[in-house]
Amino acid sequence: MDSALFVHRLHFAFTITFHYLFPQLTMGLSLLIVILKTMAIRTGDPHYDDAARFWTRIFGINFAMGVVTGIPMEFQFGTNWAIFSRSAGGVIGQTLAMEGVFSFFLESTFLGLLVYGEKRMSRAMHWFAAFAVFAGSWLSGYFIIVTDAWMQHPVGYTLADGRFQIASFAEMLLNPWAAWQYAHNMTASVVTASFVVASIGSFYLLMGAYRRFGETFVRLGVICGCAASIIMIFPTGDGQGKMIALHQPVTLSAMEGLFDTAQGAPLALIGQPDVEKLRLDNPVVVPNMLSFLTYQRWHAEVKGLREYPRDRWPDNIPLLYFSYHIMVGLGTIFVAAMGASALMLWRGVLFTRRYMLWMLMLLLPFPYIATTAGWITAEVGRQPWLVYGLMRTAAGASPQVSAGNAWFTLLGFMGLYMVLGLLFLFLVQREIEHGPSASGAH
Amino acid sequence: MPTLWFWLVAAAIAMYVIFDGFDIGVGILHFLAARDDAERARLLRVIGPVWDGNEVWLLAGGGTLYFAFPALYAASFSGFYLPLMIVLWLLILRGISIEFRNHIESHLWIPFWDAIFCGSSALLAVFFGAALGNVVRGVPLDESGLFFLPLWVNFLAPSPGNGLGVTGILDWYTISVGVAALATLGMHGALWVMLKTNGELHDRARVWRNRFWIAAGVFTVLITLESFSVQPHLAGSFRAAPWGFFFPALAITGFFGARFTRGLAAFLASCVYIAGMLCSAAFGLFPLVLPSNGEPHTSLTIQNSSAAAHGLSAGLVWWIPGMLLVTAYFVFTYRRLAGTVE
Repeated sequence: MDSALFVHRLHFAFTITFHYLFPQLTMGLSLLIVILKTMAIRTGDPHYDDAARFWTRIFGINFAMGVVTGIPMEFQFGTNWAIFSRSAGGVIGQTLAMEGVFSFFLESTFLGLLVYGEKRMSRAMHWFAAFAVFAGSWLSGYFIIVTDAWMQHPVGYTLADGRFQIASFAEMLLNPWAAWQYAHNMTASVVTASFVVASIGSFYLLMGAYRRFGETFVRLGVICGCAASIIMIFPTGDGQGKMIALHQPVTLSAMEGLFDTAQGAPLALIGQPDVEKLRLDNPVVVPNMLSFLTYQRWHAEVKGLREYPRDRWPDNIPLLYFSYHIMVGLGTIFVAAMGASALMLWRGVLFTRRYMLWMLMLLLPFPYIATTAGWITAEVGRQPWLVYGLMRTAAGASPQVSAGNAWFTLLGFMGLYMVLGLLFLFLVQREIEHGPSASGAH
Repeated sequence: MPTLWFWLVAAAIAMYVIFDGFDIGVGILHFLAARDDAERARLLRVIGPVWDGNEVWLLAGGGTLYFAFPALYAASFSGFYLPLMIVLWLLILRGISIEFRNHIESHLWIPFWDAIFCGSSALLAVFFGAALGNVVRGVPLDESGLFFLPLWVNFLAPSPGNGLGVTGILDWYTISVGVAALATLGMHGALWVMLKTNGELHDRARVWRNRFWIAAGVFTVLITLESFSVQPHLAGSFRAAPWGFFFPALAITGFFGARFTRGLAAFLASCVYIAGMLCSAAFGLFPLVLPSNGEPHTSLTIQNSSAAAHGLSAGLVWWIPGMLLVTAYFVFTYRRLAGTVE
């Protein structure tokens, strides 16, 4: 707790976790706004423009939060992780700079048009502004994922004198790890946005306010949410899992709480990993399932943690195990909840089943929890490496920044972000209470 | 190749100072040029659609610095740890104040955010200036190529070896550069307000342009003299390559243009002045990128801090088209927003 390394890690973990609460909504929501604008053009019904305008206001508040909490992320590579930056800057600096040049400028140019320009542009032009914001934010996601994927599974580099240099740009941008991680992550952001849209729609229907908007939001949220929840598990979650099995097998064993090598390894549903006694307490397992999911053979061998030297184990196995299980557990619940809702929507009874609307409303925080748990799984799972297999986390921090200085700024960020979080909730609550306004009223 | 990237990074930083500089300048003027809520709302509309895009230059410039000169990025960002974190907090507060101010019509809410906006803008100008001052003055780089500076130690000691002990981020020299930046961006912002408004607001902005112009002039002379005494490398550079006097000449031309021309020409002259000042500093330091104020051999130069050749040429392949695209966005945005704001 008192080492500078611990504070540097907590510093990054705290600021990135808080930051990512906002982009995970805006990336998914930008797609839903494009869908609403498309429906407005196809049906000619201004109701969809009104719906899009309401969500653009929510988007705007989230986007502002994402921008101001995002700037510190790029700085922190240098401030808190100087040795890592000096070693790997020639590689990951490229993708981080590309994000600025290719996506942030695009987003900032067209967001102004999307928010303020509706009255002065044609419907098609306004649709294009929404699309450009969507493209910019999804491109931004790609550059960040490529950066993280390089740390998870480094490709296309050379290493000389402790400095990483880029050898093949194409190889880095087309890292297979990045492809799966991107697909999984972007689907997750559609899940978050769909659940939020469905939740607010359910809230309006239960309150008996803005009836038509409520129905539109629930319909849009349930259809997109159902599709995205399924894609989360298969193929994207499955593909991501196979990447881990292939390139970080020790991480897979730790995620699953598998201490002993087994032919036909079981899948633990519940249980607490005991790293001291090297066993899983109170296990509830599905026999042979882990072998099947990983290798498509019921009796394939999966190596347990005991097989690997301790200094290659992720350094916080309980946190890794629980965040992974929370993510998977919630993901399964999402498929069930959205599947049932979609079925009722198809049969035309969803809007009158109040218990379903209650459920959809109350599900709002859970995609945020699942996404956060997923990222903790990825990043704690990468430990003890900064660049997997090549550079240890302990070797990357800024040696001259003391624990005291790092605590000072970490506490500063905590205080500031608490105020920002309260302000954010306050403003979003006002927008929801104010509600969408019908036809052309601005 | 490192030389080319040195100037590309310098250009990206100059773009940041010119673009975000005018909206920071508008923040400095927030209570000076505008008299009431309606006028302050108008000032915010002057920068509302563009401040976010302007700030992206900071990320683009920082990112470019990161991959082209990783050792410089690592040393400077960790060495200037505390002031950079404070800059981040100011950027956060400033961005939030612009975006949240108009969400609630209240006599408590609006003035609160106005004060945050103005205060964070002014402090940002001072900190950015002080940062430039630190780079010119030099820092105590050690054998590992890193350093750490506290915010202040001895206000009187801009260079070691004068018997006054170690130096801090803030000393009389770096603070004077910070004040020069405050005056410069105040003038730059006033010129933008003059361009984008009319009536009383325009006239008051002109009064402040004139005041900040005088202050900027006084401080420009002051920091120029100080810089040459604090950092001897500067004089050597200009002596070795007299064509470098082109940059100070550019700055002087821009400076007088900012006072004695009108409209867009005056604003562009101010841009030329800022670019001229920054390029003068860059030229004077070249090939150093972060001088050491202790042992000279620990200084970071374009050679010992740059990435390998392949990465730099690969970077060029996307950087140049990327910048053309960005130019197109900016031309599009600023053309669309041409004219004054009511």
